[in-house]
Amino acid sequence: MTSLARKFVMALSGLFLITFITIHLLINSFSLGLWWDGEQLFNQGSHFMATNPLIQIMQYILAAGFIIHIALGIILTLKNKAARPTKYAVNKPSANSTMSSRSMIVTGLLVMAFIFLHMKDFFIKLKFGDPLPHVNYTHEGVVESLQNDFSLLDLFANPLYVAIYVLAFIALGIHLNHGFQSAFQSLGAADKKITPTIKMAGKAFSIFIAVGFSAIAIFHYINSLG
Amino acid sequence: MSEKRDMDLTLKIWRQKDAKSAGKLETFQVKNISPDSSFLEMMDVLNEDLVAQNQEPVAFDHDCREGICGTCSLHIQGEAHGPDRAVTTCQLHMRKFKHGETIHIEPWRAKAFPVIKDLIVDRSAFDRIQQAGGFVSIPTSGNTQDANAIPIPKDDADTAFDSATCIGCGACVASCKNASAMLFVAAKVSQFALLPQGKVEAKRRVLHMVKQMDEEGFGNCTNTGACEVECPKEISLENIARMNREYLNASIK
Ligand code: SF4
Ligand code: FES
Repeated sequence: MTSLARKFVMALSGLFLITFITIHLLINSFSLGLWWDGEQLFNQGSHFMATNPLIQIMQYILAAGFIIHIALGIILTLKNKAARPTKYAVNKPSANSTMSSRSMIVTGLLVMAFIFLHMKDFFIKLKFGDPLPHVNYTHEGVVESLQNDFSLLDLFANPLYVAIYVLAFIALGIHLNHGFQSAFQSLGAADKKITPTIKMAGKAFSIFIAVGFSAIAIFHYINSLG
Repeated sequence: MSEKRDMDLTLKIWRQKDAKSAGKLETFQVKNISPDSSFLEMMDVLNEDLVAQNQEPVAFDHDCREGICGTCSLHIQGEAHGPDRAVTTCQLHMRKFKHGETIHIEPWRAKAFPVIKDLIVDRSAFDRIQQAGGFVSIPTSGNTQDANAIPIPKDDADTAFDSATCIGCGACVASCKNASAMLFVAAKVSQFALLPQGKVEAKRRVLHMVKQMDEEGFGNCTNTGACEVECPKEISLENIARMNREYLNASIK
């Protein structure tokens, strides 16, 4: 694989994960109960994600997307370190580049660590764990019995968990601030006219994601206080 | 005119006997440096002092001293070509520094740019990338067509010219946290890709030059944009985006 091929794969897998995280935030937002009974809508959304055949196939593609993106990130970091065996005694990178662009591996690995925690606490329980208690919803006389995935949100009663969650999403926000615009540059969609707009959009998007996920966790924490 | 005051400076300079030896930073003092002198003139003063004391002068690269040849280098105070923007080291003025300041001077650091001696690095990797495709194959014998016979839109000509102003100094590699040569290669790909004369060999050119770039051991570009900021010729990241498009095109078709 040439350096440019790696660049394209990194950009495409990144954009794919960006799409996923946006949908994930949408479903999480159901739990707020803004438009509907939060618990029911969340459980239905969660049930749909766990059973819809298309989503089942997408799950494997998603896993592949994560693995490729992470593995390539690590390979790139190792190769790039090897490309400068002797470091500068004095270096001033703050003069020419953003902190977020220089810390992609750090923010990326933090997010990865969080994903493992998240898989343990949510994904595995939702999919393979002891079956959670079911709740019944009656709609026009039809009774629908769904696993009460909403009950997992009790985890947010723990302030330490909420703190880890918020920190992980700050890391993701910083990662996306560079990653979003970088993906477009890598795919060649960059020039003096569109790049400033893409950078603005990337900034807005990364704040939206970080604040969105964090706010939902904090909301459930506050709710748990009674 | 700013107020002039000659400066005394402490220099911490990388000294290395040859490619094989280990090097280290050594400390030197220079006195009465005019703020109007260039950085290389300051280095000349140092070397004259060293020669007068029967010591080995510091080896550094330079040629035109007009900012056009790309021979001078030097990583000064943590930045390629020093703290000023859009200048080469030969065009950097000592008024950018303060009396009594300690200045760190190091060679370009990259696996693909090995140190030959002191501050001089071997940049022949750039030459090999150029030889891999950075040209147009126009025969010079026979009925060569007049270049002006091919109409070229002014905008394209200007953009190609901007790319062609790259002097091959290597500051982009030196500044990049990944020691990537993307900006240089992108400028060289772009200057031809934008012109009808260059289109004929466009695919072969970009594939070969990228392959050679990788083989030389440069790192992978992660779009930090440090190169664009430190480039003395202000070569823009747009060139890299253009090269990415060229490469995609050449790989797909
Ligand atoms: S792109 Fe700029 S920094 Fe890189 S070699 Fe050309 S002139 Fe030097
Ligand atoms: S010596 Fe020619 S550009 Fe500096």
